[in-house]
Amino acid sequence: MTTSADAASSPLQWPKNNDSYAFSREKGDLLVLTHIYTATLVLGVGALFGALQGFSRANWIVMPDWFDYYRILTVHGVLMALVFTTFFITGLLTYATYRSIPRVRSVRLNYIGWSVMVIGTLMAAITILSGNASVLYTFYAPLKASPFFYFGATLLVAGTWFIAADIIMNVVWFKRRNPELRIPLPAFAAVCTMIMWIIATLGVTVEMLILIPWSLGWTSGVDVSLTRMLFWYFGHPLVYFWIMGAYVIWYLVVPTSYGGSVFSDGLTRLAFISLLLLSTPVGIHHEYLDPGISPGWKFFHTILTYGVVVPSFMTAFAIFASFEIAARKQGVTGFWNIVRWLPWRDPAFAGPGLGMLLFILGGFGGVVNNSYAMDVLVHNTMWVVGHFHVTVGGPVALTFIGAAYRLVPALARRKLFAPQLALVSEYLWFAGMLVMSFSMHWAGILGAPRRTSDVSYFGAAGAATWHGQMVAAALGGSLIAIGVLLFVVVATATFLQNKREEDNPELAFARVEDAAAPVPPVLDKLGTWAALAIVLAFIAYVGPVTQQLTAHSYLAPGMRTW
Amino acid sequence: MHIHRYEKLWLSIGLVILAFFIATLSIAALSEGFVPPSDDQSIDPTKVAQTPPFDHPGLRKVGDHAYEAYYVAHIFAFDPATITVPVGSRVTFYVTSTDVEHGFSIPATAVNMMVTPGWVNSLSHTFKEAGTFLLVCNEYCGAGHQTMAAKVVVQ
Repeated sequence: MTTSADAASSPLQWPKNNDSYAFSREKGDLLVLTHIYTATLVLGVGALFGALQGFSRANWIVMPDWFDYYRILTVHGVLMALVFTTFFITGLLTYATYRSIPRVRSVRLNYIGWSVMVIGTLMAAITILSGNASVLYTFYAPLKASPFFYFGATLLVAGTWFIAADIIMNVVWFKRRNPELRIPLPAFAAVCTMIMWIIATLGVTVEMLILIPWSLGWTSGVDVSLTRMLFWYFGHPLVYFWIMGAYVIWYLVVPTSYGGSVFSDGLTRLAFISLLLLSTPVGIHHEYLDPGISPGWKFFHTILTYGVVVPSFMTAFAIFASFEIAARKQGVTGFWNIVRWLPWRDPAFAGPGLGMLLFILGGFGGVVNNSYAMDVLVHNTMWVVGHFHVTVGGPVALTFIGAAYRLVPALARRKLFAPQLALVSEYLWFAGMLVMSFSMHWAGILGAPRRTSDVSYFGAAGAATWHGQMVAAALGGSLIAIGVLLFVVVATATFLQNKREEDNPELAFARVEDAAAPVPPVLDKLGTWAALAIVLAFIAYVGPVTQQLTAHSYLAPGMRTW
Repeated sequence: MHIHRYEKLWLSIGLVILAFFIATLSIAALSEGFVPPSDDQSIDPTKVAQTPPFDHPGLRKVGDHAYEAYYVAHIFAFDPATITVPVGSRVTFYVTSTDVEHGFSIPATAVNMMVTPGWVNSLSHTFKEAGTFLLVCNEYCGAGHQTMAAKVVVQ
């Protein structure tokens, strides 16, 4: 039993009635709120462009030349995949760290990071919208965008490093003062995710060091395959960055909505460490059909990719165990009784809960993509678009939205505006995503290519079956767009409409069920795990990169084909 | 660290599934020779028009029901635009790009590969049914990407 006197002196509790702590905490809350609202705004804008894409592919509208399909496709991809997710995660991880490490702290470094990210985003977005960077979010060379696009994207990434540094320094500060204590679980998850992110972004940074001088005309050509490989060195861990953000909420926040707890401290740490290790040495599964990479290396990446089965199964177990333990404590037993007992009418649960359902579908699709025998049937088809919408656009985005419905009121100290509307936004998104991603997967099985403005191919017989799926996808997409609109309205109105409440409806993280159980100290040795992750990435890429560099010396000149 | 008995069981199921996936792919690769298109011939993308056999793209008969088809992908077309082969032909497609990244895909078949400037990629496919197959570029290559297509006629 912890007495209140103990709590006051514990390094894990915020001291009450201490003005400097209270002031510091308020500054931190405002900072996190800034990240979350930036993500909200970006999601709203990104969804608008997403809807236009769907309408265009369904042949409901034709985008004019001055605002063509590929421009909005690029801006949608960049804003959703790189900007919305990143701002939400930097905010969430900052909160996880600040909340679990009570400290009078400076928030300056984190604001610098946020500002650099905003400048980068604006630079890239304006360049794309002006038509000077219709290179899609993968920006494969030798498509050559304006240098401002590459500068903007680099600044966006560089900004996140400031935030990573802030989080790491807070954890180091805690560990120096409390060497006998474990890193608090939320801060552990945050710092583990950020270490993964730093290792991953090294790849895209090297790519930018090649692309920027070339886009400025200082070099005459680039090795196309090498830049593709560097992109996917970053591109797959980017996916796990989203997942780890969602896992922070699934493990640590969602249980608070049904009076539950974190199933296991040690296993949660192990799941995050597994994702850290398995995030980078898997990127070549995006390049199964590429020339110049030997089948042996492709197979090596396949095996490591399937390794994600381990943290995924651990997470599924932990979530269901947390549900069941809490339900049993309230006398609820039996699978369907527990399912019904869960708070599906609480927006903070419904978003992540519906997201978990979609993640099951996403997992099945992912198994197909990673099996290179089957990948050949779906590679670069609409199947892949369906897959990433039912993963990042499903579990991840719905989890973030649900968490925002809890975080925003807690940080802004206001009541959630129109909770019923919040709930509607999530169920609309869920229904829309089911329809849209199902149609996209189906279109992919029928062979419809992704990334084209129009799939009619002048009425070719082979393309005749695709149009109906595109119409269904546009209908589903419309539901999602309405859901996003409601989310933006609720999130904004929460701040503008409701009055500030002094008794802070705070967002605490769930307590740990087995907090007293011993945890192997090696799990907290993040430096060792980071070193191991780097070694794995090196082993996975040294062969393929050498193959690229020694194969030939042909460099492709840049082209603007749009 | 305590790991619950059920969790051990559950993770074992996961590991068995993992082993099954890897075994399936290994058997396909080793006994049936199924590997994804991974050709490693390089070519200067600026000199494709002078480099045989891509200086004369098109179909070559190399045996009974066996063909080689050499394609040049460029914005926004494939050269040749149409090839015609008899039913039951095994065609090996060789393709390279003179400009940007392209895709080479006959929808709803296993003909699907990336076309990267600087490299030749290749794969083989047997056409068992008659028909006119659409061949599309499935990697974004520019403003006319949605028009980049060709035909494979099987008769």
